[in-house]
Amino acid sequence: MKKTNVIVTGKSYLAPGIISLWIKEEEMAKEAKPGQFLSIYCRDKSRLLPRPISICDVDPENGVLRVVFRIAGAGTEELSKAAIGDLLSVLGPLGNGYDLREGCALLIGGGIGIPPMLFLAKELSKELTKEQMTVVLGYRDQNLFLAKEFEAFAEVVIATDDGSVGIHGTVIDAVVSNEIFAEQVYACGPTPMLRGVKTFAEKAKIPAQISLEEHMACGIGACLACVCQSNEVDTHTNVKNKRICKDGPVFDSEEVILA
Amino acid sequence: MNMKVTIAGVELKNPVMTASGTFGSGAEYAQLTDLNKLGAVVTKGVANVPWPGNATPRIAETYGGMLNAIGLQNPGIDLFVKRDLPFLRQFDTKVIVNVCGHTTEEYLEVVERLAGEPADLLEINISCPNVKEGGIAFGQDPKAVEAITREVKRVAKQPIIMKLSPNVTDITVMAKAAEAGGADAISLINTLTGMKIDIHKRSFALANKTGGLSGPAIKPIAVRMVYQASHAVQIPVIGMGGIMTWEDACEFMLAGATAVSVGTANFVNPNAAVEIAEGLEQYAKELGISEIRELIGAVKE
Ligand SMILES: Cc1cc2nc3c(=O)[nH]c(=O)nc-3n(C[C@H](O)[C@H](O)[C@H](O)COP(=O)(O)OP(=O)(O)OC[C@H]3O[C@@H](n4cnc5c(N)ncnc54)[C@H](O)[C@@H]3O)c2cc1C
Ligand SMILES: Cc1cc2nc3c(=O)[nH]c(=O)nc-3n(C[C@H](O)[C@H](O)[C@H](O)COP(=O)(O)O)c2cc1C
Ligand code: FES
Repeated sequence: MKKTNVIVTGKSYLAPGIISLWIKEEEMAKEAKPGQFLSIYCRDKSRLLPRPISICDVDPENGVLRVVFRIAGAGTEELSKAAIGDLLSVLGPLGNGYDLREGCALLIGGGIGIPPMLFLAKELSKELTKEQMTVVLGYRDQNLFLAKEFEAFAEVVIATDDGSVGIHGTVIDAVVSNEIFAEQVYACGPTPMLRGVKTFAEKAKIPAQISLEEHMACGIGACLACVCQSNEVDTHTNVKNKRICKDGPVFDSEEVILA
Repeated sequence: MNMKVTIAGVELKNPVMTASGTFGSGAEYAQLTDLNKLGAVVTKGVANVPWPGNATPRIAETYGGMLNAIGLQNPGIDLFVKRDLPFLRQFDTKVIVNVCGHTTEEYLEVVERLAGEPADLLEINISCPNVKEGGIAFGQDPKAVEAITREVKRVAKQPIIMKLSPNVTDITVMAKAAEAGGADAISLINTLTGMKIDIHKRSFALANKTGGLSGPAIKPIAVRMVYQASHAVQIPVIGMGGIMTWEDACEFMLAGATAVSVGTANFVNPNAAVEIAEGLEQYAKELGISEIRELIGAVKE
């Protein structure tokens, strides 16, 4: 983990408002694990806090990492203007990442929770065949992104809110209607989706790891801005909550309460 | 060039410390910055028992600043003494323990518990805007400030810094009340109570509705209050509020601060406090002064 300036080495537009950037940082590329994130700082001094963005892919040979993000406000708007050759101030890799476990995997990504699943699918594919991994991706509409890139590693099932592509409904609808077999669930997406994943996995008695989101300041576990509720007293905080930036963002679904 | 400053007999190697609540107990930041280069580490507020803090969202960014309503979440004094103090003691820096409570008894319990512990100074937070009882309620009434200061001083084995709230009409009244109660030093400013509304969701940005504003947006208010307070009392003043650079720190010292705390800047740059200390030293060298202390209160009237 370190804070440094990185150079943008690649940029592409994946869908309206969805941008992919490659950045060069050899140590981070070597160190990064699926599910970890970077804190990206804004150039505009009126925006003090770094933006947490998941690591979407890495290429350790070439010392580069990829992030894919949606323009959600002023900070990501600024980031969307970064050009190849520009410098970005970045802190990372942060957080714990997914625990890669044995067993047929079901990866569930919703919206801007999809990017980290690509890095995860790539890593899991070192142990699992295409038949042992299914990826369910949920989008708002026909403006898909990254979906094709999963095909090298897994069966891909798509669900859209408006029914324009794949199943008309949620990712859970897609999992249920396709009767997908899984021994391990890995998920990232908006909280309502994660609530669905948690309920589904706990009912089906399949271990699920879910990646949570919260507004962050330090990004390293010092300020206690980003906590989630936990069932047990946490060893660090000594109360029933955990720091998403440090103890997460990935948690076993059974250890956290999604309010 | 001598960077040392003294607060209540405790000598700091330089006047730059971290602000309570922005730096945890140093363990996380130690991976990104060198604690040995700090005048002191001021720890997150600690209470007699663990506090779970407020609901999330606890923070929101604002123009040139941020709101926080952490709600003084802390692991309680027992774990703090067992885990956090020994960790900080590995470093060549002073340790200032920030203390919070809902009632006078709760403050006193923590202060008494710290009596035999290796803390150099205690900072008593009577200015947190984010808890319903205690905190700021003590800090907005001069009689209450004086009374709690006196109570704390009665049981404390370490020198006491009273941390004042800017959410008052006249900061000099509070500064004088702390001094009258026997405070060894005062620190200011804590955050200013603020609010942010998300117009798209028509909801408050923070679960707590209100939060404390910090960061560069509050600096001119902080400098003004440090100037006023340092002229109202004889005891040392620790200045903070929006310090991002060594130039900002210098401004606080010229206004009358003996030392400064760096808070929100840590989120922007984990090495900020160290860079500010180095910047001050460089500046003093260029000025040709031999003691950093010469800057304290040296603004031309
Ligand atoms: C661990 C983690 C991983 C993430 N990974 C991705 C990713 O891979 N791709 C992607 O597009 N987005 C991701 N997000 C969400 C992303 O951080 C926000 O969309 C972004 O911070 C918005 O910043 P803004 O300035 O554009 O929006 P604004 O709304 O103007 O931001 C204002 C403030 O709120 C914070 N904020 C706003 N929305 C969120 C949010 N959803 N989560 C946390 N903080 C928020 C900002 O960081 C900033 O401090 C992730 C969030 C977390 C916590
Ligand atoms: C996230 C956060 C948590 C804080 N927690 C505490 C605390 O526990 N005790 C305290 O006395 N002050 C606390 N403060 C106030 C700071 O110590 C400081 O007084 C204030 O933020 C102004 O300085 P700054 O603008 O440099 O951040 C907190 C501030 C922030 C931003
Ligand atoms: S953002 Fe500071 S603890 Fe997570």
